[in-house]
Amino acid sequence: MKNFSESFMKFVFFVAACVSIFSVALICLFLFANGIPAIGEIGVFKFLLGTSWKPSNGLYGIFPMIIGSIYVTAGAIIVGVPVGILCAIFMARFCPEKLYKFLKPAVELLAGIPSIVYGFFGLVVIVPVVQDLFGTSGKGILTASLLLGIMILPTIISVSESSIRAVPESYYEGALALGDTHEMSVMRAVVPAAKSGILAGIILGVGRAIGETMAVIIVAGNQAIIPDSILSGVRTMTANIVMEMGYATDLHRQALIATGVVLFVFILIINMSFSLLKRREN
Amino acid sequence: MEAVGKLPEGPSFVPVEEKSEINAINKVTFKQRMKSYKNRPLSFLVLGLVSLGAILTVFVFLLLVGYIFVKGIPNINADLFAWEYNTENVSMMPAIINTVLMTGMTLIMAVPVGVFSAIYLVEYAKKGNKLVSVVRITTETLAGIPSIVYGLFGFLMFVTAFKWSYSFIGGSLTLAIMVLPTIMRTTEEALKAVPDSYREGSFGLGAGKLRTVFRIILPTAIPGILAGIILSIGRIVGETAALIFTAGSTARIPENLFSSTRTLAVHMYSLLSEGLYMNQAYATAVVLLLLVIVINFVSSAIAKKLAKR
Repeated sequence: MKNFSESFMKFVFFVAACVSIFSVALICLFLFANGIPAIGEIGVFKFLLGTSWKPSNGLYGIFPMIIGSIYVTAGAIIVGVPVGILCAIFMARFCPEKLYKFLKPAVELLAGIPSIVYGFFGLVVIVPVVQDLFGTSGKGILTASLLLGIMILPTIISVSESSIRAVPESYYEGALALGDTHEMSVMRAVVPAAKSGILAGIILGVGRAIGETMAVIIVAGNQAIIPDSILSGVRTMTANIVMEMGYATDLHRQALIATGVVLFVFILIINMSFSLLKRREN
Repeated sequence: MEAVGKLPEGPSFVPVEEKSEINAINKVTFKQRMKSYKNRPLSFLVLGLVSLGAILTVFVFLLLVGYIFVKGIPNINADLFAWEYNTENVSMMPAIINTVLMTGMTLIMAVPVGVFSAIYLVEYAKKGNKLVSVVRITTETLAGIPSIVYGLFGFLMFVTAFKWSYSFIGGSLTLAIMVLPTIMRTTEEALKAVPDSYREGSFGLGAGKLRTVFRIILPTAIPGILAGIILSIGRIVGETAALIFTAGSTARIPENLFSSTRTLAVHMYSLLSEGLYMNQAYATAVVLLLLVIVINFVSSAIAKKLAKR
């Protein structure tokens, strides 16, 4: 009897371990099975490089959305990465302990705030500011980049901080002993040693920015055209799915799922480069 | 460090100014520091930039939390917490109850699977087991998938293929897959942190593997597992994109597993997309933010307890 329960529970544990494999397989299966036929029907080039998205006229080109996602993500990196890395260096090497006790929970809270609340914040704070400064509707690449830059801050800060802290103390002491100041020792000896960890943090941030949906949809304007300036409205792949999935039918619906497939492929590439980096670090 | 700073008392003939300089090898005054920065402007620049990064982060944090609380708290009133939702009171009470139900249901499904699979990976799988590396890769993949892709998947599987329409159970199944990697990873770390001597002691006393796992290892690992669960609660509470097309947005407490529901975050999205209820959206943002603050507070309290041991 005892032997039976031992081996039975071992089997249960084994099955549980397989659930994640099973889930990934299911997600791939459902997405690809529903999305690939649509891409085939529309035509790979027409779908990926077509510049007009007019489902009512049977035009399904998601190039504007791909460009939109890339622009907004790039903007988020420009905004979020410098601030995030500098803040991480400050927290790891410059921060007085009393301040750290406030700063660390603040960053953790930023990481936990729901994206819909970020979107709301963007709508009531950032949009009016951009409106006043540039006289546009206020919704567009700039606003979305600023907001996404804020949203990826905690990811970049926490990953970078822990990799800076993981650098052996001897690096810092060595630089100090050679006569460098505290600041330059950190910048020239410690931070370069944490390079790959910081890069991993940035990649994680990119993944979060490109997959972000609810915040972007509120502040990006969502016009399905290739943007011509930093202030013009933009629609990302994620926004495209959420906006039209509710009422889409037939090929239109499948085209939206295919948009999800393209996004999924982007994410898989980002994930792979992240785990490659992590493996190299180890 | 202290030893260097405290030089032995100098002879009495040392002039006072000099003495203070000697004493201050480790204690640089503000004036001295500024003077040394004059010779090294680059260092000063670095200090300035790094501090600026931190100041900007704090500024954004205070602006976000402060703005929402200051503008939101005056908008909170009793109407918002009425039991029934209608277009006049725009009550968030059903959404709050749904959030709690959804969180509970999701955890009931995700926690056993996550904990059990972590037990398999740490306690049962042999070194160099192929399955372990496959599980690790798939967990990493799951952790990186954005919530909208989960939403699409849930829609295709539960709404389209299973023909459940928008349902409570479809939403929580989708979320369960979404938080699975979080629970697995934290449980794995917690199990690994249990010292091997515990296992050896238990085996030495004649306990079987199963007994050791449930009586010795799991109880020791509970705080770590709890931290993972709380992290997952935070994700469930804040989730929107994965729920819109799986659980829908009916603002009522579900009658059964297959009725459509809206959680608090989805409720807020609906308010914003309708565009008529800005004040209520402010109030909802306050409640969401408060929830997140409480969740973070609890998880850091647990982390502190863990660190103490």
